[in-house]
Amino acid sequence: MSNLQGEDRVLLEVKDLRVSFFTHAGEVKAVDGISYTLRTNEVMGIVGESGSGKSVEAYAIMGLLQNPGKVIGGSVRFDGEDLLSYNQNQMADFRGSRAAMIFQNPMTCMNPVYTVGDQLMEALRSHRKDISRAEARKRAIEMLEQVGINNADKRVDQYPHEFSGGMRQRAMIAMALICNPELLIADEPTTALDVTIQEQILELMKTLKGRNNMSIIFITHNLGVVAEICDRVSVMYAGHIVEQGTVNDIFYNPQHPYTKGLLASMPRMDMIGHERLIPIEGTPVDLLDPPKGCSFGPRCKNCMKICLNNPPPAVTVGENGHSCACWLQVQEMLKQKEAEQHG
Amino acid sequence: MAEAKKLLEVHRLRKYFPVKGKLFRKQYVQAVESVSFDVYRGETLGLVGESGCGKTTLGRTVLRLYEPTSGSIVYDGVPLFDSEKKTAVNMLPYRKKMQIIFQDPSASLDPRMTVGEIVGEGLDVHGQGLSKTEREERIKELLDRVGLNTEHANRFPHEFSGGQQQRVGIARALAVSPEFIVCDEPISALDVSIQSQVVNMLEDLQEERGLTYLFIAHDISVVRHISRRIGVMYLGCMVELAESYELCSKPLHPYTQSLLSAVPLPDPEKTRARKRVVLEGDIPSPLNPPGGCRFHTRCRFATEKCRQVMPELKEAAPGHFCACHEVQP
Repeated sequence: MSNLQGEDRVLLEVKDLRVSFFTHAGEVKAVDGISYTLRTNEVMGIVGESGSGKSVEAYAIMGLLQNPGKVIGGSVRFDGEDLLSYNQNQMADFRGSRAAMIFQNPMTCMNPVYTVGDQLMEALRSHRKDISRAEARKRAIEMLEQVGINNADKRVDQYPHEFSGGMRQRAMIAMALICNPELLIADEPTTALDVTIQEQILELMKTLKGRNNMSIIFITHNLGVVAEICDRVSVMYAGHIVEQGTVNDIFYNPQHPYTKGLLASMPRMDMIGHERLIPIEGTPVDLLDPPKGCSFGPRCKNCMKICLNNPPPAVTVGENGHSCACWLQVQEMLKQKEAEQHG
Repeated sequence: MAEAKKLLEVHRLRKYFPVKGKLFRKQYVQAVESVSFDVYRGETLGLVGESGCGKTTLGRTVLRLYEPTSGSIVYDGVPLFDSEKKTAVNMLPYRKKMQIIFQDPSASLDPRMTVGEIVGEGLDVHGQGLSKTEREERIKELLDRVGLNTEHANRFPHEFSGGQQQRVGIARALAVSPEFIVCDEPISALDVSIQSQVVNMLEDLQEERGLTYLFIAHDISVVRHISRRIGVMYLGCMVELAESYELCSKPLHPYTQSLLSAVPLPDPEKTRARKRVVLEGDIPSPLNPPGGCRFHTRCRFATEKCRQVMPELKEAAPGHFCACHEVQP
């Protein structure tokens, strides 16, 4: 393992990243200027609804964007190196060895005509040319055992369709981790699974994270999963990060009206008696024709005039990097400053 | 609610689907195995379970969208189906009373019909003798009720977002003024912020029109919110049935216990501090389910009896039914 245990440094730094899709109907700004940093051994949750740009952002980091999608601005630095300046070969080396990705639907992401073992070995041998087939096979079996697949020495010769959904997801995790990546991007890894299997996979990811010493970007729309596994959370809405902070900041002290709304609108298992849900009114943003000001403005209960015309800047609202992009916070900040000056 | 009237009585309902087996040997997917329950007028009965547990099949079989293999269904005192007495009534008049809302809103709306036609189709079939203007009025009223713009009647389903499409599906179900609606995962395909809008609307409609719901979903926190009673299914069997608060606070069946403990809470401290009962392994195939109790392969308490005899759903506490040999009344 190259990393030292307990070492804490910035692994990934995303700055003002912008991704647009140039469609016939016009430009869709799927990711519109997002910034965050990810430290080693940290799990960063990215929460948002469909179309909020959470997956696109991950694809951009991994260089997997396809036409008509393009990165049109910003920078992505991984361990100090600019990923966006990498050419295709460099990117191919980077993917799989230093950063890996797991996807929502393991069936569509595995090749149905190769055995699971072949696919695991391919992932390993394409990055480590010095490993022999026999050694790679041994390593593949070890990996399958690590992710909790029984009879790994037999399973390794089976095809993906012979695996159940939960086992396929385990196999995909094994494939992602076989080269000991420093960064794992998990794009809705448990959404297609049942709760009891989801629980198994989350437990597995927690164990493997500790063992392999890696950082995880966990993309999901499920706030319960975020609460369970993440250290920090970014809440995305219509291509923007509207709020960012530690998991406790987001759940116990949310500042952005969208975060508050999301938390209030969910039925909770620990609710006593019957409370009516408080929904967020309105419909998600049409990205072809986004609002001029704050993208959440048209659905916001506290919408002001300025919100409709100017996009809000992200302001720091607390310790540990708790920030929020909302004009209400700006107003609050100005009031405080004024009070300080007068006082 | 003890004096509440039974609207739907389902007794030992079975649904097997034939699949191609080996030569001369027919195989069946045992999707629903001997399920009995009642639904009282005006209540919401929730059904939860993981994918493949037969909850959707059960919902559709109750409406006889699938013909039951055996068992009986009694609606409002009238037997709709009874395999022993060999009765199977014509469902057409009952379609007016029993409706369904489907999971995938875009797949359940005909792409070549306008929203007005979709909602009006039920009115035409159940010939309520409406004049053309009355019919138009009715459609507008329905669209308005589910929160859609009345001018949307001339648009096609693809012009709407998922949440709006689901509203069209609800308007279609309401068009014939039903008493009983099977809601088959009505919100699973929707975005989180839209889900609560639809849940609230379903609750309001129930209050206004005295509807009875059979609410099917895999998300137990939603089911707990909307239902008065909840039934838990595992591999085609009903394993537990109780009032929702009772079921969530005092689950008796080992499967319900682990299902509940697996639901992540949107509260970091609580969810991390919670003790979990993590289930090993996967759900067995319904093609060849384990004998005896269907849960015994994954159960921590399984005994020899569990491997041999399938437990019956028995009343373990007042109003709390559980199908487990190890749970004593």
